[in-house]
This record gives sequence, structure tokens and C-alpha cells, in this order.
Amino acid sequence: MDDHNKQSAISRIGFFVGIALFLIFTLFPLYWVLRMSLVSSDALFTKPTLGSIFSIPIDLSGQCNLFGLKFSCPPSYQTVLADDLYKDGLLNSLIIAGITTIICIVVGSAAAYALARIDFVARKPVLSAVLAISFFPAVAIIAPLFIQFQSFGLLNTYWAAIIPDVMFALPLTIYLLVAYFRQLPKGLEEAAKVDGANLWQAFYRITIPLSAPGVVTTGLLTFIFAWNEFLFANTFLLEPKVQPATVIIPQFASIYTVDYGAQAAAALLMTVPLVIMVLFFQRRIVAGLTAGAVK
Amino acid sequence: MGVASERLPGRKVKPKGMSGAWGSIRSEFNDPEKRTAYWMILPTTLIVLLVAAWPILYAVWLSLQRILPNTTEWVWFSNYSRMFSDPVFYSALSNTFLFTVISVFFEFTLGLAIALALNKSFRGQGLARGIAIIPWAFPTVVSGAMWRLFYQDEVGIFAALASGLGYEGVILANDASVLIGAIVSDVWKTTPFVALLLLAGLQTIPDDVYEAARVDGATKWQQFMRVTLPLLKPAILVALLFRTLDAWRVYDLFWSMSDRQLDSLSTYVFEFVRVSQADFSIGNAAAVFVFVSSIVIAFVFVKVLGVREEA
Repeated sequence: MDDHNKQSAISRIGFFVGIALFLIFTLFPLYWVLRMSLVSSDALFTKPTLGSIFSIPIDLSGQCNLFGLKFSCPPSYQTVLADDLYKDGLLNSLIIAGITTIICIVVGSAAAYALARIDFVARKPVLSAVLAISFFPAVAIIAPLFIQFQSFGLLNTYWAAIIPDVMFALPLTIYLLVAYFRQLPKGLEEAAKVDGANLWQAFYRITIPLSAPGVVTTGLLTFIFAWNEFLFANTFLLEPKVQPATVIIPQFASIYTVDYGAQAAAALLMTVPLVIMVLFFQRRIVAGLTAGAVK
Repeated sequence: MGVASERLPGRKVKPKGMSGAWGSIRSEFNDPEKRTAYWMILPTTLIVLLVAAWPILYAVWLSLQRILPNTTEWVWFSNYSRMFSDPVFYSALSNTFLFTVISVFFEFTLGLAIALALNKSFRGQGLARGIAIIPWAFPTVVSGAMWRLFYQDEVGIFAALASGLGYEGVILANDASVLIGAIVSDVWKTTPFVALLLLAGLQTIPDDVYEAARVDGATKWQQFMRVTLPLLKPAILVALLFRTLDAWRVYDLFWSMSDRQLDSLSTYVFEFVRVSQADFSIGNAAAVFVFVSSIVIAFVFVKVLGVREEA
């Protein structure tokens, strides 16, 4: 019995060491990039020692100006918040990802509803095609799209990024919504149909309002997908005026050559909103993302 | 036959019990709900046809021609033979291959270990899961730029660590080290996500299966090999398929980890299509290669390893 206890104690210790290593591996890079963005450049260039790794000498000598609000902040944040290229990039990301999300939800929710509720001949082929699209290598179609966008005059417009973004985000939107709609009980829709509602009405009067949480989660994931997209924006948007933040970030390595703090601040600023939203909706997101994979 | 009358837009035509495809199509569209269903999938279908199907056919067509500013010449497979004799193509191919195999291997083994650990109930489990999803939300270019800063020789933490271990010098000095750096960055970003996928699979395995194995005297290891792995196989294969195809099209990460010094298949296509107009056609051949090789990978997973499509 004693032996058994000893063994289980060892395995418990091993278990917690494993979890701790995993959390350190996940969190330390985040902590470190945050630290890089907060400290003065002197502190940044000082070789870290075991003692200094976990102290953050925050430097608040900068002056940030955000929407007319002035406050003192680390100089790295002052630099990137005063950078029009970066601010335009964030705005462009917001526009591109926002429009992509709206289109995906409108187009995808209708398709998902039909695929979830109606047993029609094209159902299986369409579901397979949608799944196949999510494996599609984006780079395979940049040349044809470039030619087409050029002839339609769409290069350097938001649409050049939005159109392919919608195409590649739709499978995600549709799969999440199909999984969500299937969980909803059919009763209310059936009742509405008995009262003379047709399929459209059952869809947008009953199902959509009932599935607001699922639609919001799906919208958030679609938004993240589009916000993070790089290849199409990098190929079709050549003018800095329309480039999203993902295209701007790699350029910072050569713009702010030795201002590593500013690079860290820029990387964090465009990600923190996403991380906050993801943590807020964490439970639903994990459920949604894994539902399709294991059912 | 009464075909003419049936073509009239009258709504309530009953299916005539006609045999064959035409009859079933007809009865399909006579059902108002099914007809609505087709309207509902129409926008999606159009988008897929116009923005995926048509461009890929167009890419195949373009890859068989040589396109110069003034002339276009049908050259059959000469773009492909030029591509296959280009040493840069082979380095792009081997970089992509190594990146895919190594990063997917680590993401899977570490992800499985983490999933098994998180599957036990312990205090703070929910928090650990919440943390696991953070790196997934990071844009790939941001994660690449971030890790690049860590490797940076003046302020990077890894450089400091390396000099502490006696190595002075630039860390991302050559292609091999950039590749390793990219793999580490990808493992950081994606392992937690793989773990969450596998964890969801683990949670579908009912407890009584383990109970039965324990009653039969199976050791922990035997339970893992004989119960967990076989029952987890579908989730494992789906996770591997997703990750493999995702890694195979790597682009953002290589771009942001270095000043475009490391080629992947996707950056190779981009170079030709976007940067060098003169060799546009080789880029198209490479694009078709990426497409076909992705299909082959998916096919191997579906047919040989037996991923079942769930609809």
C-alpha cells in the first residue's frame, strides 16, 4: 500500500510538472514580448539575468495620444500609436475583417440552415465541397485572381482581399453554424410551419434569433480568421493606404530596424483585442471548433 | 407525356413516379422546402464556383502557356519541366516537407500528452484550457515577428540564453536555423490547438470502457495502447489531416521569420506570380503543383488511413 501511494505521488508530481511546463511554454513568450514592449530601450538592451527576467522596469516616459486622449505610456507605444501606417493598417484590418464577417454570416447562415435541416439531394456533395475548400491551398489561385482583379480594377481595393477571404472563411462559418443549428430543437420551427410560415420565415424569424449565441461565436471566429489573413492582402493590396495590419507588421522589421520595443508593441496591439475576445468566449469557441472535428 | 404542362410554373405538380435521374430531380424541385434549400445554398455555391473552382481551372490553363508581355504561347508542359529543373524549387520543396513533417510530429506528440493531462480533472483545468487557446488567436505573421524578436542577436532572449551557454553569434544565421526557428514558432502557436482537438476526442470515450479494461487487469500502458489510441483514432486523423495540409501551405510564417530568405512552396509561387512577371508561367505550374500535392495528401489520409468524412 505504501509503495502504491509513493508511486501515485510520483505520477501526480510528474503530471503537475507536465502541466506547468506546458503553461510556461505557452505563456512565457507572451510575457516576454509584453516585457519587451514596456521597458526602456536601455533595459531592453541589457542582457537579461535570472534575477531580472521576472521584473519589468516599466518606462512611462512616452506620451500616447489615443482618440484625443493623452496619457503617459511606454515610448514603444508612443511610437506605434503615432505611426499612421500602423493606425491605417488597423483600420483597414477592421474594415476588411468586418465586411468579410458580415458577408460570411449572411451567406453562410442561409446555407448552413438548409444543410442542417433539409434532406435534399445536393446536401452531401455541398458539404463535401465545403470541407474540401477548407483544405484548398490559397496560393494556388493567386495568379488567376490577380489577373481577374486587375481586369476588373479591383487591385488595391478592399474587395480584392474581402472576396477571397469570404471564400476561405465560408467553410468555417458554415461548419460551425451547421453544428449549431443541429443542436437546436426543431419544435418551434415545426410549430411556425404549422402556422403557415415557410422555410425562410422559420429560418429568420425563429432559428436566427434563437441561435444568437452560436451566430456571435461563429462571427467572432470568422472575424479572427479574416483579421489574421495575410497572403491575399499581401498579393493584391500593394498600396500602404489599403494594407491591413498583418501586411504592415513584417515591414516593421525593416522600418523600425533597432526599435525592437516598438516592433513588440505593434505585434501585441493588433492581437490583444482578439485574445480578450477569445478568452471571453473561450468555452463556446472551444466547443465550436472541436465539434466539427470529433463528431 | 404531358411534359409541356409540367413545365408551367404551377407549384403543386405531383411527382409522376418517373424512374431515373430526371424524375428524381423533378421531384426534388417540386418540394417547396427543397426548392428553398437550393436558393439558400445558391450564394455559397456561386462564391465557391467563381472564387475557387474557376480560378483553379484557369490556373491549370495558364500553367500550360508561356505568357510574355506581348505574346502568349501554348507550350504544354514546358513550364513544369522548367520548374522541375529549378534548384530553388527543390529547396522550397524540401523546406516545406521538413517543416511539415517535423512541426506536425511535435505538435501531435506534445498535443496528445497535453490532452491526456488536461483530460484528468484538477483544479484550474478550465483556466489551463483558456490559456491553451491564446496562441491560436495570434495571427501567424505576428507570431513569426514575435519569435524573430526572441532570436534577435542584440535583444533576443534566446541569444542571451545561447551566450549564457557559450555560443556567441547570430542565431537565425542560415536557412537551417531559420527553419528550426519557424518550427519552434509554429509548435508554440499550434500545439495547444491540437491538444484541444484531441481533448475533445478523449472526452467522447466513455469511462466504462476504461472500467472494463481495468477489471480485466489492463495496466495503464495497456489501457492507453488498446483503448485510448484506437478510440481516439478518428480525432487523431482529423487533427493530423488539418495540420498537415495547413503546414504544407506555409507562407506567412516563413515570410515574417526572415527577410524572405527561406522559400516554401507557397512563397515560391508568390515570387514568380507577384514579383517576377517574366516567369509568371512557372509560378502557375508551381501553383498547380501545390494544389495537386495537397489533394494527394488529403487522399492518402482519407483512403489509406481512413479519415471518415462526417456530414
